[in-house]
Amino acid sequence: MIENSKPSGERRLVITGELLGRGRAGHGTYEDNGNVFSKFVGLAEARDDLHFVIPLSGVYNPKRGDGVIGRVTEIIFQKWIADINSPYEATLPLSEGVEGFVDLTKADLTKYFDYGDVVFTEIAQVSKQRHVTLTMRSRKCRKLKGGRLIRVTPAKVPRIIGKGGSMVEMIKQMTGTQIVVGQNGVVWMRGDNEDVAAEAVLTIEERAHTHGLTDYIKAMLEKRMGKPYVPKPPEQRDEGFRDLRSERGDSFEPREERTEHPQAEEGLGDSPFEKSAGGKSDLGDVENIQI
Amino acid sequence: MGGHTEEQLIVDGKRPDGRAFDETRPMAAEIGTLKRADGSGVFKFGSTWAIAGVFGPRKVLPRHREQSDRAILRTDYRMASFSTSERSRPGPSRRSQEISMVMRNAIIPALFLEEFPRTAIDGVAEILQADASTRCAGINAMVLALADAGVPMYDLVSSCSAGIVNGYTLLDIAGKEDTAGELDLPIAYYHRKKELTLIQMDGIAKPEKVKEILRVAIKGCEQVYEAQKKALRSRYEVVTEEAE
Amino acid sequence: MIEMDPMLITEIAMRGKRIDNRAFETYRDVQIETGIISSAEGSAHVKLGETEVIAGIKIEIGTPYPDTADEGVLTCSAELLPLASPEFEKGPPGEESIEIARVVDRAIRESKCLDMKKMCIKAEEAVWMIFVDMDVLNDDGNLIDCACLAAAAALASAKMPKLNKDGDKYEADYDVHEGGLPMTGIPISTTFAKIDGIIVADPNAVEIRAMGARLTVGTIDKAGEIKLCSMQKGGERGLKLEEVEKIIDLAVTKGEELRKKVRIAAGK
Repeated sequence: MIENSKPSGERRLVITGELLGRGRAGHGTYEDNGNVFSKFVGLAEARDDLHFVIPLSGVYNPKRGDGVIGRVTEIIFQKWIADINSPYEATLPLSEGVEGFVDLTKADLTKYFDYGDVVFTEIAQVSKQRHVTLTMRSRKCRKLKGGRLIRVTPAKVPRIIGKGGSMVEMIKQMTGTQIVVGQNGVVWMRGDNEDVAAEAVLTIEERAHTHGLTDYIKAMLEKRMGKPYVPKPPEQRDEGFRDLRSERGDSFEPREERTEHPQAEEGLGDSPFEKSAGGKSDLGDVENIQI
Repeated sequence: MGGHTEEQLIVDGKRPDGRAFDETRPMAAEIGTLKRADGSGVFKFGSTWAIAGVFGPRKVLPRHREQSDRAILRTDYRMASFSTSERSRPGPSRRSQEISMVMRNAIIPALFLEEFPRTAIDGVAEILQADASTRCAGINAMVLALADAGVPMYDLVSSCSAGIVNGYTLLDIAGKEDTAGELDLPIAYYHRKKELTLIQMDGIAKPEKVKEILRVAIKGCEQVYEAQKKALRSRYEVVTEEAE
Repeated sequence: MIEMDPMLITEIAMRGKRIDNRAFETYRDVQIETGIISSAEGSAHVKLGETEVIAGIKIEIGTPYPDTADEGVLTCSAELLPLASPEFEKGPPGEESIEIARVVDRAIRESKCLDMKKMCIKAEEAVWMIFVDMDVLNDDGNLIDCACLAAAAALASAKMPKLNKDGDKYEADYDVHEGGLPMTGIPISTTFAKIDGIIVADPNAVEIRAMGARLTVGTIDKAGEIKLCSMQKGGERGLKLEEVEKIIDLAVTKGEELRKKVRIAAGK
């Protein structure tokens, strides 16, 4: 039996091998004789005749341009190797991690990135055989110090971020934590109410396939924090990484009284490409990544 | 097999447990029971009980086994020492090694291996309780575990067996039917392509009879398919109800 | 060694010929020689094309299994000798040799060509143990059929040792032979591979690499008719029901052709 494609915007639960309808095969689906089938257990959506499925489980398959959170596991020759929560390791070459000339006869690479350092980084390239190259050149890239890391199913990252960043924004505001979400399913958070923020993220992961999730999380946060959620208008929102040089510190509220730019012990570290990062950073994109 | 066909098990057209000739034992299927595995599944045919866990796609160790353009699938079939009425020694036997191999060939056609080059997908099926059709239950559980792990697949693969007892063609033979019957034919069916991905036969029968048994076994696989699909759906549908 | 490109194989299949110019349903040349190993009670050397297997039968006295106390014991094993192919490794039996042993074992056991009850000397105490050991000397594809032919020919031409009773003990006298094993029917396995939708009989090594799936069907001649006694599907792809049915039909005819050769070689 061949079904017509569902109207745009409606999501429904499908399972592996399920017929979605006639049309074209988008992410998470394949086409066989004009019929489109799901490759996964997940949420199916259709835009006109393009079907796609967001899987409800699965590992991270690295994609160029993705912002991911990684941890340095090895340092060899002129590069760092990072675990990016994927079957594939990622390499950060020296030239992509440090600005300017580095005298390798004198330099100790751990000075820049040490074993165990956590970074928010961008995938510069993925070869056909899935050799992944990272870069720290993008303005949003930097070290993440302190705080905690949570791993979630990579496919559920869009739900954690929410439309236009609305979901993660709500959690940040209600709990007062800094949160960075990597496309690879790693979430970094730091603040006094890390526990509540973590619970919210994990709850979203568990309920990613349900309707009314935003209301559910809102109710949960309001109960935990004992205050109602009043979304700040966009201008007043802390965009996280935007213009770090004036907002550096371990609180997410900008501190105008600082005249120096002290290195925060905890929180968001420097961009290694500070010198070339003139002007506002474009880190607002981190929270607004849609699938 | 090696059955003694003199024993009359089918009496008055009824099987020892009262089932119809084309009826499987009650099936049970569940996913997500093993928290440490990337995916897991359970499948039962009556008292035959298989549990499977899947890890991956993940880095291949040893490295020289990796394939540059696709993932490799490694499957392991094991029987718990307490699974049979007489305790069996732990450790792989030639039989379990052979079954590990045919399980792998049964499932591979349905996987999108090219989407994860240089990785391994490792699946283990453990038989906790054995009463015939253990390899079928193992395959069914492993397919559920793969879907649960988010491994991309064309379709599910379903496995079931049929055989001959007292000259009659029966679906899902078990218990005395298994020990005293004349023939046992387990298969696995890949529905999207309508292909048999596992065929094994123990016993002796005329060619035309074997063709008939194959048809009955395929029907059994279709029933297994429904049970597997239901398990995958119900894993998520329960939480949906709570949210609303 | 230059490998044939699998794509080339399928092209050839489409043009109606295989790389060795055989028709799709034709087996390679079969040569069977029996009684070549004097230290064994039965033996056969089979060449199927360039694939070569030697099977040896040893018949000894031993104790039966408790749940088949009045039956002899059949044990089959196969070894892929490292000299048979650059790909064979030393060490414990791998998947392939286990599969060969188990498929041949099934064909012999399930066909009931050997009446194991006749192999009983004294229930619960002494029975004849029949060991079928197959050594693969050269692998040019289709080891299962070649090994089964060797096993069948060896069994059919084997000679039983004389049974001597010395007080309570039973002994076998290998210097005196007393007829052959009590066989009814000769089990034959026939293997067919599917390459790009085409079914070919007796795939050689190159075709095995290019194939999607293979199906081995064992047949036995009993009471004037041919019955199926085993089936084993191999390969990483599947087979449609029509393809399986076609292979079953081919197995009956091809099996009979091979069976005649075994009978001639074993002098039966």
